[in-house]
Amino acid sequence: MSDENVKTEWPLWEVFVRTKAGLDHKHCGSLHAADAKMAIQMARDVYTRRQEGNSVWVVRSDHIVASDPGDKDMYFDPMEDKVYRHPTFYKLPGSVDHM
Amino acid sequence: MASASVTVSPAPAVQYLLRVGDTALILGQRLGEWTGHAPVLEEDIALANMALDLVGQARALLTYAGSLEGQGLGEDQLAFLREERDFHNVTLVELPRGDFAATVLRNAMLATFFRLLWQRLRDSSDAEVAGIAEKAIKEARYHQQHAADWVVRLGQGTEESRRRMVAAVDQLWRYSAELFTDDAVDEQAAAAGLGPRWSELKPQWDTEMGAVLQHAGLEAPAPGKFLSSGKRGQHSEHMGYILAEMQYLQRTYPGGEW
Repeated sequence: MSDENVKTEWPLWEVFVRTKAGLDHKHCGSLHAADAKMAIQMARDVYTRRQEGNSVWVVRSDHIVASDPGDKDMYFDPMEDKVYRHPTFYKLPGSVDHM
Repeated sequence: MASASVTVSPAPAVQYLLRVGDTALILGQRLGEWTGHAPVLEEDIALANMALDLVGQARALLTYAGSLEGQGLGEDQLAFLREERDFHNVTLVELPRGDFAATVLRNAMLATFFRLLWQRLRDSSDAEVAGIAEKAIKEARYHQQHAADWVVRLGQGTEESRRRMVAAVDQLWRYSAELFTDDAVDEQAAAAGLGPRWSELKPQWDTEMGAVLQHAGLEAPAPGKFLSSGKRGQHSEHMGYILAEMQYLQRTYPGGEW
């Protein structure tokens, strides 16, 4: 986006929707809005039309700090051979279902 | 379903419910015109959502008015086979959608009116009407917030947005008088406990709309003598065009369902 666009277009916001009480807010998309109040209303209008949720969060996209895609190998590949970190090496008591 | 026009009983309760239902229906039709044309995608969806809320409210009211009316007319017959003089919406909703400023001002005026009306209709002596109101008031609350925010934004926005808001107030405000001018239909509804005289909503409407205009830096024009008469079936020159578009399919393919 050129500097000119930044001046004339509304900033981008990321939208998080909670499907029901007790669950966490999940990222579901983004939208353009002039400010936080408008962003919340638009998130409601755009992302909860089909009863997707009962709570929304919005956050300015440029306030999100993301890991560098170039660091992907260094950051995430070393976990590949560490299956012992999954809790699968012991027997569950019979009365515990669905772990 | 035949394509011949239907006429409706002048029973006051039926007329009262049609005034509310038709006002919601025609405003929904007008807001639907923004679909694909709103200034931004998000607003396009918001306006379509509101149009569908209003059409939903109209469906409930027309269905119920039809059941009271006595000829067994259904919602579709009432919406698509009545002629212009048998529609009882206020004139304000049939005016062309105008620019975005006019759209949000009209929405704010009507959503404020509807919210106050639904609030009273929740206490209707008619349980069906009270039930419709209970559901609709949540929708109207959001419509009011959404529209009022836009009026303030545009009033306090750029030179152009402010100029357009001033023009919208100048064009539309005079049509608010019709909302609060009672007649025999209001008196009968009040006497029967069906719903309030619409004039009873005026003080609160004035307070709430006055606050919106004040935040927006706009001024309400002084009250004049102009009084529109759509709710009595005397419509503006715009009404026929809306009905032509809205009723085209049922008139051309009678009884068509999809």
